[in-house]
Amino acid sequence: MTLESLHEFLASFWTVWAVIIFLLIVFWALRPRNRKRFEKDARIPLDDDR
Amino acid sequence: MPSQAVLTADQRPAPRYVEDVIRAAVILTMFWGIAAFLVGVVIAAQLVWPQLSFDSPYLTFGRLRPLHTSAAIFAFGGTALIGTAFHIVQRTCRARLFGGEALGWFVLLGYQFFIVAAALGYLFGITQSKEYAEPEWFVDLWLTIVWVAYLIAYVGTVMKREEPHIYVANWFYLAFIITVAMLHIVNNLAMPVSITGTKSYGAWSGVQDAMIQWWYGHNAVGFFLTAAFLGMMYYYIPKAANRPVYSYRLSIIHFWSLVFMYIWAGPHHLHYTSLPDWAQTLGMAFSVMLWMPSWGGMINGLMTLSGAWDKLRTDPGLRFSVTAVGFYGMATFEGPVMSIKAVNSLSHYTDWTIGHVHSGALGWVAFIVFGTLYYLVPKMWNRPAMWSTRLISWHYWIATIGIVLYITAMWVSGIMQGLMWRAYDELGFLQYSFVETVAAMHPFYLIRLLGGVCFLSGGLIMAYNMWRTIRTETETFATQTQPALAA
Repeated sequence: MTLESLHEFLASFWTVWAVIIFLLIVFWALRPRNRKRFEKDARIPLDDDR
Repeated sequence: MPSQAVLTADQRPAPRYVEDVIRAAVILTMFWGIAAFLVGVVIAAQLVWPQLSFDSPYLTFGRLRPLHTSAAIFAFGGTALIGTAFHIVQRTCRARLFGGEALGWFVLLGYQFFIVAAALGYLFGITQSKEYAEPEWFVDLWLTIVWVAYLIAYVGTVMKREEPHIYVANWFYLAFIITVAMLHIVNNLAMPVSITGTKSYGAWSGVQDAMIQWWYGHNAVGFFLTAAFLGMMYYYIPKAANRPVYSYRLSIIHFWSLVFMYIWAGPHHLHYTSLPDWAQTLGMAFSVMLWMPSWGGMINGLMTLSGAWDKLRTDPGLRFSVTAVGFYGMATFEGPVMSIKAVNSLSHYTDWTIGHVHSGALGWVAFIVFGTLYYLVPKMWNRPAMWSTRLISWHYWIATIGIVLYITAMWVSGIMQGLMWRAYDELGFLQYSFVETVAAMHPFYLIRLLGGVCFLSGGLIMAYNMWRTIRTETETFATQTQPALAA
C-alpha cells in the first residue's frame, strides 16, 4: 500500500474523523476537572475594565 | 527563574487600547444603519407604488434592492463587527491592537471604501448578479486586501495577548473572519474581460455555480450574520448584565457544533432544482440539526440574565440585546422548518422567505447591534449613561412594533402567495394567474412598509440620542438625564 493510497483510504472516512474530533471537544468541555477553569475563563470580560 | 516581580495580567495597568477607530466605527455603524433602513423603506414603497422608480434606470427596484441588502448586511452589520471586534479582542486579550492605530484605520476606512465602491456599482448597473456577492472583480480584490489586513490585526492581537485563555467571543469573531475570507474568494473567482473593464465571467458554471453561490450565501448568514454577532452576544450581554455567561462549557459546545454544522446547510436554498437530490437532503438534514446549537446558544444568552432580570426594566439597552437573542431563537427555529423540503415547496420564492430574513436581520442582527451601541457609546465617550433612557425605550417599542408588523405581514402574504401558486381548479388548470397573486399581496406590502417606517423612525431616535450623548459634556450630564438613571 503506497502512502498516497493510504491517504485516499483515510480521507474517505473524513466524516468519521470529524465526528470523533467533535466528540473529543465535547468531552473536554464537559469534563468535571475543567469546571473550575471554565468558571474563571467566563469572568474574563467582567475583569477587563480599567 | 525566580520571578518575584512578575505581575499577573489583572495586576498590571491596562495597555493603551486603540479606541479612536472604534469610536469612528460606532458613528459609521449608525450612519449606515439609517441608510440601510431608509433604502429599505424606499423599495418597500416601490413595491406598493411601482411609479416610485420614476422611470429612471438608476432607481429601479432591481438596482436599489442590492443597495439595501448590502447596506444592511455589509455596511451596517460589517462596520459594527469591525468596531466591536477591535473593542473585544483588545480588552479580552488585554493587549493593544496589533498594528496599532494605522492598521485599525486601514481596515475600517478600507472597508468603507469597499462599501461605497460596491454601492455605486449597483446604481450604475455594474454587478455580477450573485446575491450578496454582487460587487465586480476589482471591488472583490480590494475587499480581499482589506479582509486580510483585518485578519492580521485580529490574529496579531490574539497572539500577543496577556490573558492566557482566549475568551469565547474571540473564537466566534475569528471563525467569522476566516470563513468569510474563504467564502468570498471561492465564490468570486472570476476572469475579467479586460484589465481596464468592469465586466468579468465567473469561474463556475451551471449547477456547480449555483451550489457554490449558496454555499457562500448561506454561510454568509451562518458566519457573518450569526457567528460574529454571537461573539457580540458573548461579550456585551455579560458586560451589560454584569454577570458571566450562564455556562461557559455550553458556549464551547455551541461554538464547535455551529462551526461543524453550518457549512453544510447551503443546499437548502436549491430544493427541487437540478442540484442532485442527495445534496438537497444533506442540506436539509444539517439545517434541521442546527436547531440544537442555535437553541443552546439562545438558552446560554438568555440564562445569563437569570437573577438579573430586573435589569431589563431599568436598562432598555440590555432589553434590546435580550430581545435580539429571543429573535435569534425564533429565526433559527423558523429556518430549519423552512429548510424541510415539503415546507420549502410552499415557502420558497414567496414573501415568507423575506419575512424570515427580516426576523433575523431586524430582530437579531439590528437589535443586538442597538443593544451593543447603547452600551458602547457611553463607554467610549466617557459618559455616565446614554443622554436619554426614555428615548431608548421609545426606540425599543417603535422598532419592536415595526418588526412585528413586518414579519406578520410577510407570513400571511407569503403563505397566501404559495397557496395561490399551487391552487388548481376542478379541470386541473392553475386557478390564479400570476398577476392575481401580485394584486392579492398589495395590502400586506402596505403593512410591511409601515413596519419599515417604524423601524427607521426608531433608528432616527437612536441617532439623535447618540448625538446628544456624545455632544453633552459629562459635567452637565446629570441635570439633563431622567431620574430613572439614578435609580
